[in-house]
Amino acid sequence: MSPRDWLVGTVVSATQQTPNAKSIVLDVPGWHGSTAGQHVDVRLTAPDGYTAVRAYSLASTGPGQQVELAVDLIDDGEVSPYLVEELRAGDQLEFRGPLGRWFVWKPEQTAPVQLIAGGSGVVPLLAMIRAHTAAGSSVPMRLLYSVRSPSDRFFADELVAASGVDLTLVYTREVPDGWPMAPGRVTKELIASTTTPATANPAVFVCGPTGFVEAVASALVDLGHDPVSIKTERFGGS
Amino acid sequence: MAIFSRGFTGRPREAQPDLPPGQFLTEDFPVLSAGPTPTIAEADWSFTIKTELGATHSWSWDELQALPFEDVHTDIHCVTRWSKLATNWRGVSMDTLFADVESSYDYVMVHSTGGYTTNLPLEDILDGQAWITTEFDGEPLEPDHGGPARMIVPHLYFWKSAKWVRGITMQRSDAPGFWEQNGYHTYGNPWREERYS
Repeated sequence: MSPRDWLVGTVVSATQQTPNAKSIVLDVPGWHGSTAGQHVDVRLTAPDGYTAVRAYSLASTGPGQQVELAVDLIDDGEVSPYLVEELRAGDQLEFRGPLGRWFVWKPEQTAPVQLIAGGSGVVPLLAMIRAHTAAGSSVPMRLLYSVRSPSDRFFADELVAASGVDLTLVYTREVPDGWPMAPGRVTKELIASTTTPATANPAVFVCGPTGFVEAVASALVDLGHDPVSIKTERFGGS
Repeated sequence: MAIFSRGFTGRPREAQPDLPPGQFLTEDFPVLSAGPTPTIAEADWSFTIKTELGATHSWSWDELQALPFEDVHTDIHCVTRWSKLATNWRGVSMDTLFADVESSYDYVMVHSTGGYTTNLPLEDILDGQAWITTEFDGEPLEPDHGGPARMIVPHLYFWKSAKWVRGITMQRSDAPGFWEQNGYHTYGNPWREERYS
């Protein structure tokens, strides 16, 4: 079985994550597991044979034949509206993977880990948190997670409950009742005060919309992080 | 074993002869990079070709500017499936830069600031197929798109078009570059969908 071969999964569940996003769990006979941070190509086929393919990060990791994606709806998108609004338990979905060997974290890595996510960019980072938990890793792992509002958090309960990761939430538009901070963007000062410092030589993973990743990665370099220690994944146009 | 996706019709479609298989059109210009965007001053920029004989051919920013520039009007295709048609670049042809380079090797490794690399057959960057570009759409190339200077090889997937390019090393065999070592195809022809290794 090569990552280039198309597999067929059966949807086990589709769960609303935010008003615009769902997580989708698939049962996939023949799946050999994935490394945290990898993605898959999803292929949809119309009755006339027309196909559309897009890449989605995996929230799941490790062995087993269950695969979890999380998909944010893009208004003028072609594939995400189908996955978020149409797909339901029992449907079949074609995909291939796991793909990508760069933006990945493995439990045998010993450097502290700093994860920084914007919006749906948390999905591959959640896979890293799950891998960290599953391995019982003692490597320090922190997540700085920027979302617009409380309802825009992906995997909110799981992230709050995750004991192996030190979570900092940042709300850019709307904060929960009683939150001690006003809404605001992730700034260099905020990164300096809430993330693992460059002196600890962390492995840094940044995933989110292009503008978010550009700003965060530049701030990290300004704060003394070695550019080669910062892995990025961007999405959306500029 | 294609299966049909219940309830999926897809976008209204018409024949798109300029679009390679599996690609969709975008009007945006997405940014995809493996790490932070470096800031490179023109005064610090240089481009060097190294051969197996130890010879080097180097150009500073000002020396590059003194070479003949060409307008390049081309389609570009990213392995992440977006294509952008009829883009406008301005740059120096690799034919100009390789005019005095003597090498018996058939492959090149392109190097970028930050450590990025990508491998190519030499024949794919000569004969009007590749440029060092410094302008996009009439403006200086933005840093997140590879400025101040980016190589473009538009007939291959766009990861072959190295941002922040700083040099080329001749190589005897087609040793893989950065993405080519990380699961992507060694050649990357979009018309044959050579996406993954």
